Amino acid sequence: MIAVIGYGSGNVKAIQNIYKRLNIDCFVAEKPSQLANATHLVLPGVGAFDTTLGLLERSGMREALDHHVKVDRIPILGICVGMQIMANAGEEGEAQGLGWVNGHVRRLKTDGIAHKPYLPHLGWNSIEINQSHALFTGVEPSQGFYFLHSYFFDCAEPEAILATTEYGDRFTVSVQNENVFGVQFHPEKSHHNGIQVFKNFASF
Amino acid sequence: MLRSRIIPCLLVHEEGLVKTQQFRDPKYVGDPINAVKIFNEKEVDELIVLDIDASVKGKDPDYKMIENLAAECRMPLCYGGGVKSVEQAMKIVSLGVEKVALSSAFEENPSLAAELAATVGSQSVVAVVDVKKTGLFSKYTIFTLNGKRRSKRDLEEYCQALEEAGVGEIVVNSIDQDGMMSGYDGKLIDIIRDTVSIPMTVMGGAGNLGDIKSLVQKHGVIGAAAGSLFVFKGVYRAVLINYPQPKEKRALLRQVKTS
Repeated sequence: MIAVIGYGSGNVKAIQNIYKRLNIDCFVAEKPSQLANATHLVLPGVGAFDTTLGLLERSGMREALDHHVKVDRIPILGICVGMQIMANAGEEGEAQGLGWVNGHVRRLKTDGIAHKPYLPHLGWNSIEINQSHALFTGVEPSQGFYFLHSYFFDCAEPEAILATTEYGDRFTVSVQNENVFGVQFHPEKSHHNGIQVFKNFASF
Repeated sequence: MLRSRIIPCLLVHEEGLVKTQQFRDPKYVGDPINAVKIFNEKEVDELIVLDIDASVKGKDPDYKMIENLAAECRMPLCYGGGVKSVEQAMKIVSLGVEKVALSSAFEENPSLAAELAATVGSQSVVAVVDVKKTGLFSKYTIFTLNGKRRSKRDLEEYCQALEEAGVGEIVVNSIDQDGMMSGYDGKLIDIIRDTVSIPMTVMGGAGNLGDIKSLVQKHGVIGAAAGSLFVFKGVYRAVLINYPQPKEKRALLRQVKTS
């Protein structure tokens, strides 16, 4: 059973709808006790790094998630800011990240971008797969994914980088450290490619 | 490479979908949910749905319809119509809608944008600006409530104020070009692009894919929205929901460089 973490950030409903269509059991977990039956976790997120961590803290889920991820080794997929908070820290933020994947969250460099708007990085962008991984089986990299963000995950460990994209500069859009997965794009709004990522994740 | 977004815009009127010309003469074009299903299959970049009755009639957004649309939609969805408060916007976002569009409520009170940005986040706050040329000098003038109410606000100052307040995207809609399928209003687009730095989507006038192509060649990454182009086929405006194939779309947007 897949648990989507409902802590007031991100489009929980859209993720649930996709798993429903795939006939894969999925529910929204809003309390730590609900995580007991989860075989997979999905951590969405939108907004600022500190605010998002604050919401997670207030939901009472942070410690329980840490336990499920670090001790029980349950696969988890972070989406957008849900991936970013898996880093050690944000650029300007005070809050300490979850620290599940080594890296820092930084603002995208805009020097190389010719047209307004420089930020956010909004729309459909192709990706480049760095190392072949089952998370991207059946995904068409040129078709790409839907992005909406101004910060990126600056990953400290090259071997943890699964995929990158280019907007002004090349940056990481997917990371993996053992059972921890993260994607910067929104698979819940990326048609075939997005559905494929959810399907792949559910098979781990 | 980042691509421009090609966005069908659907208008809801009396529970059906319609398409207008210069904001008048709504022609029935089908059922909203059915249209979303077809656009899913066609893998559209994004979808805008505007309820053109809600604000004019002073009604609340139709949450049941919005929930049904959001559940069906496999691409980002922007909803507008009847939204006046932070509570309404939060409710719409909680139903699974990515972006909430406001028009008359911002015109009445631009600082509402700051309250919205603080609660649902800038990325989910969209301002729709309906513009019509008026007077002897064809001055670009803002209108609200389906072109019924003329605003006294200056177009550029208003757009700047929206950006400063934290609006995440501006949708500029030309009333003169609406449904005419004779091309976007290039001058209007230039003015807004020079005025603000946030993402913008332009609407009103697209008659063929070439209009979108020229827009993208000039402005780089931009949102190209259209109504008639994606719901009508041929000179007799027969209803046929259509959208460029992925290959066709990539060719259309190929020349664009982001870096």
